[in-house]
Amino acid sequence: MVGIVTWGSYIPKYRIKAEDIAKAWGSNPEQIKSGLMITEKSLPGIDEDTITIAVEAARNAVRAARIDPKSIGAVYIGSESHPYAVKPTGTVVAEALNMGNKYTTADFEFACKAGTAAIQVSMAMVRSGMAEYALAGGCDTAQASPGDPLEYTAAAGGAVFLIGLENVSAEINHTVSYTSDTPDFWRKKYEKYPAHGGAFTGQPAYYRHVIAATSMLMEKANTSSADYDYAIFHQPNGKFPTRVAKILGFKKEQIQPGLVVSKIGNTYSGSSILGLCAVLDIAKPGDRILLTSYGSGAGSDSFDITVTDKIFYAREKNRTVESYIQDKIYVDYTKYLKNTGNLR
Amino acid sequence: MTVPKIWRKIPEMYNLKGRICPECNSYFFPPREFCTKCGNEKMEDYFFQGIGKIISFTIIRTPVSDPENENMDIAARNIPYVLAIIELAEGPRLTAQVVDCRKEDVEIGKDVEMVFRKIMEKGEKGVIQYGYKFRLA
Repeated sequence: MVGIVTWGSYIPKYRIKAEDIAKAWGSNPEQIKSGLMITEKSLPGIDEDTITIAVEAARNAVRAARIDPKSIGAVYIGSESHPYAVKPTGTVVAEALNMGNKYTTADFEFACKAGTAAIQVSMAMVRSGMAEYALAGGCDTAQASPGDPLEYTAAAGGAVFLIGLENVSAEINHTVSYTSDTPDFWRKKYEKYPAHGGAFTGQPAYYRHVIAATSMLMEKANTSSADYDYAIFHQPNGKFPTRVAKILGFKKEQIQPGLVVSKIGNTYSGSSILGLCAVLDIAKPGDRILLTSYGSGAGSDSFDITVTDKIFYAREKNRTVESYIQDKIYVDYTKYLKNTGNLR
Repeated sequence: MTVPKIWRKIPEMYNLKGRICPECNSYFFPPREFCTKCGNEKMEDYFFQGIGKIISFTIIRTPVSDPENENMDIAARNIPYVLAIIELAEGPRLTAQVVDCRKEDVEIGKDVEMVFRKIMEKGEKGVIQYGYKFRLA
């Protein structure tokens, strides 16, 4: 059955506290911390970008699988911060993995859900027999205009999954998508920072799509919220996924292990799937996981996943999300501006 | 560095591709066409594991001069930075940046591991060179 053979995560080491951003703009840090449920966020090193993040996460996934990288037939990295507008991220990742030349790749973009879209296409590739293995990832160094509320959450990190048919550590039982033309958040060509519709990003955008996709999935799988050991929802901040989980009937214990946003921020294309990695780091065979991403523009992909006994093998040579979260260096606001390219 | 040269160096920059002499088991990085130890000319490709230790290091406080921003060294935007001589586990030594650490934590003899990072950009519009740097293991 199609599923996740192994996974790889990566979060850059640098963090800035919400207090330090608030101080730069004269805002009340306590109000922001409780409103967004964020205490700090990750940011890239000055020499890191979506490609370097994807390479580290992909290397973790391939090392964990102990397979010949040349048996991977497709690479799809989703991001809204691909370093090049023209020239694929996927070719650099494949070369860094020593995959040879017999593979196909194209870069994905769909705001924060490009990573889960890459997983769905990879599932189709391996199921159709067009590839033995496919790599699907979501990685970002998210941009935010200095002074914009987005600055408290826009973070850096990513996750890459090795998708295959054999020796899967997590079977993907079902996946569905709910998509519409909803302009809640966008960045136009040649613009450095994204723009958004403020409160419009909530009800008609995030909540509508996440609730619809998750409900469709549970109907298809004939399940209810009680059937899942873990649930992960896209986490642009701490508030949205906590609220949507409650609306859909999930308990705090089900969402807590995959809720990484309060410590690292919103890693955009990496956001919900880093939550999935954090759950796979601790899940037991037989555990059932629900994952729903959300990408502005807008759409949600929802997945019903069952962990297999291969999970222990997949974890043996892997690095956990928690270890990346713990391994950190705090920087001040000036250094943050420098690392994110806002001060040159 | 020209674009063709950046392209030619990809295997060694991305994956530490060097050479091993099958006659006397000597390792070489960067790759050599013949063995300087025994003279053998039939060398084999070898990918280094990417682990090693710091032999010596310095703190760079004055970056390489690049007034027209033609070859923007990424590290130069982030002075001071750590530059070290690293001995790979297989023996060869190379010079590389040590990143993601406090400068006071860098010491001779400490173990390091390879990471994949941006090295430089050919101007604002130019190609990005990626390659190896190291971090404390």
